[in-house]
Amino acid sequence: MNLVLDIALLALMGIVAIAIIRLRDLVAVTMLASIYSLLAATMFVILDAADVAFTEAAVGAGISTVLMLAALNLTGFTEKAPLRSAFVPVLIVIATGLVLGYGMMDLPRYGDPSAPIHLHVAPKYLQDTGPEIGIPNVVTAVLASYRGYDTLGETTVIFTAGLGVTLLLSGRRRRRATPESSS
Amino acid sequence: MMFAAAAIAMLATTALAMVRALAGPTVFDRIAALNMVGTKVTLLIVAAGFLIDRTDYLDIALTYALINFIGTVAVLRFYRVEAENPRGDSA
Repeated sequence: MNLVLDIALLALMGIVAIAIIRLRDLVAVTMLASIYSLLAATMFVILDAADVAFTEAAVGAGISTVLMLAALNLTGFTEKAPLRSAFVPVLIVIATGLVLGYGMMDLPRYGDPSAPIHLHVAPKYLQDTGPEIGIPNVVTAVLASYRGYDTLGETTVIFTAGLGVTLLLSGRRRRRATPESSS
Repeated sequence: MMFAAAAIAMLATTALAMVRALAGPTVFDRIAALNMVGTKVTLLIVAAGFLIDRTDYLDIALTYALINFIGTVAVLRFYRVEAENPRGDSA
């Protein structure tokens, strides 16, 4: 059943990706990118990476859709037809994909318990998380408790960045609105 | 078996919603399709969770439902702002 889900989700993602390349209506492209993110997030859930899936769903499908629409509002809603043929870029992308695929062959099998990443600190976390913290999901425990200060720092950085962008954009709107409208 | 059938039905409806997202002539068709895909993906996660006996997927699905709702409201609100003060070329 997992195999069926994997194949179906990846096929849908492939269709969406091709449609994103072909379409020139950028609002449609934004919506499709959001759908792509949702499908990718589902893929992550099925691969049992709940925290990555949350990030993908919140950022990819939520925030970035709104940000993209706001950007399109300033730039225009249709993409210009390309001036040159896409032959060389396509060649480069295919070559990069082949190299990455070749590199993947050296990776350990998915879920292999003897993979190097499962032998270093993972057994300690798996053993000690229950008695020390008591959160059933070990990844969440590592992110929110063992690396709590790290996560707090990241949140602070993102919050500051968002605050800065909001301040910049609100200043722009005020200047823009004064000459246009009297209200 | 029942959950497998439900999961496959969810995948089929996701595909149908995606057809609307690809074809949809107006922006609102696409927004509705986006919301639809979000809902179906949420239900798919629930079905998959019961399928492989991981009922904690229910929490993930709940969060997805919240994110999906907020996202749709944000997009629609953006369009209302856009409709009230149109600027240059609008959709």
